[in-house]
Amino acid sequence: MTFDSASVTAAEKAAAPDRAAAQRRSRMLPIVLPLVGLVVLLGGWWLVKIITGWNSFILPSPADVVTTIVDKWDIMISNTWVTVWETVAGFVLAVVIGVPLGVALAYSWIFDRMFSPILFGFNAVPKIAVAPLLVIWMGFGVLPKIVMVVLLCFFPIVLSTAAGVKSTPEELRELIRSLEATPFQAFRKVRLPSALPHLFVGLKLAISLAVIGAVIGEFVGATKGLGYLIVISGGTADTSLAFAALAFLAIISIVLYYALTAVERWLVPWAEEQV
Amino acid sequence: MISVEQVSKAFSTNEGAVEALRGIDLQVDEGEFLTLVGRSGCGKSTLLRIIAGLVPPTGGKVTVGGRLVEKPRRGVAVMFQRPALLPWRTVFENVMLPIELMDGDSDPYRRKAGELLETTGLTEFATRLPRELSGGMQQRASLCRSLVYDPEVLLMDEPFAALDALTREELSMELQRICAASGQTVVFVTHSIDEAVILADRVAVMTPRPGQIRQIVEVDVPRPRSLGQTAHTETLSGYAAALRDLLFETPGAEAS
Repeated sequence: MTFDSASVTAAEKAAAPDRAAAQRRSRMLPIVLPLVGLVVLLGGWWLVKIITGWNSFILPSPADVVTTIVDKWDIMISNTWVTVWETVAGFVLAVVIGVPLGVALAYSWIFDRMFSPILFGFNAVPKIAVAPLLVIWMGFGVLPKIVMVVLLCFFPIVLSTAAGVKSTPEELRELIRSLEATPFQAFRKVRLPSALPHLFVGLKLAISLAVIGAVIGEFVGATKGLGYLIVISGGTADTSLAFAALAFLAIISIVLYYALTAVERWLVPWAEEQV
Repeated sequence: MISVEQVSKAFSTNEGAVEALRGIDLQVDEGEFLTLVGRSGCGKSTLLRIIAGLVPPTGGKVTVGGRLVEKPRRGVAVMFQRPALLPWRTVFENVMLPIELMDGDSDPYRRKAGELLETTGLTEFATRLPRELSGGMQQRASLCRSLVYDPEVLLMDEPFAALDALTREELSMELQRICAASGQTVVFVTHSIDEAVILADRVAVMTPRPGQIRQIVEVDVPRPRSLGQTAHTETLSGYAAALRDLLFETPGAEAS
């Protein structure tokens, strides 16, 4: 008996580190795998560069880009902040205008019929075509860029808010009616929270569009920002600088997206397993 | 307590008007448990919704406690087939929702909510979110929410229909116990004959197209009743058999 139990314990002890290691592995995988993907991409890029032997001003190597980033660190960072500021300000402004408008569209079918066609029409206009107009109206500062960001992310925010508020399940509507809730109570306690999962779908789409909007704005009549850096690098054939700016834009986009996801987890923890 | 007089309801559809209810007369006494039984589409849920004030009748009138029903009101609690819990609130917060929507002191109700959760065996789940609960537990929480503010009338629209047979029976037993203790007037819609017989003081049998009340059967069996073996098992199955006959026969066939 003693022998048996001792051997079981020994076996367990032997198995324990394995289990712990397996757990650690499964926790690390979500971090490690994307990094492996990145390494594969960079390797492929380098390989293309070596095989083709193209000049650096056509295709810089990853090393060229890194060198540029290090050499021009101050310029990179100051322009990054400009773009981040335009993106975030425009996004917040779009939320501030878009969410109430979406709620209004969901609540009033008259409002919906009156303004939905116009909204769709405006959304069909290519935003790039508006950029020169914004320069004429607002000059070369930060404002026209922020407006461009608003124009791009406004639409998905309005639509997802309206869809979310409209999607309150029938049984919840009947429940709040039978409890004689005031319209404001119904909105505050039931309809708004139940719209949040939908709203975040729109917000995540909008945040990616916001970065694009800032860059479009900076392409036309700007003196700073990552988009401006890309325009400049075209003029001076500094391809490495353009690549560096693109990499920074990608990083901004990813960071903002995950920041938004974190806010969603915090605000809507109950929806995690529904989607 | 509840008085339904000559209530009719027609819905307009693309194919013209559909008569859902015709000439419904029904009296429910204070503290009485009435079940409405009928096949799908006989208008029993519509009738319940009219009593709740969620849907206006096309003709006739409904009064609850002497007051004409024109819109939903707090004294009349409604419980649906789906638990209708707010997924972002804990079980306890869900139960307290009706109290939050009222003015006044919520403290006595917090105690009441705690007691209800205790009676339905949900105490240890009070701080969980609805999605962590089984269907039966969610429906229990929904029942607690309906009872927390002591409504005069409880209207239940097939509340156990989505549950498995055993959970259903269990909840029927619990509901009997709770209603016996609290003295609510209950109207309970179901298509289950067993459920109707076990729960009801009286069963109103409805026939479809248009929905009419065929007959009202008084169930004269002492409580607590169960589907298990008791001294009254035979009497109960006799009632069930009689109801089954009423539901399957068409009124037309009876006339001929």
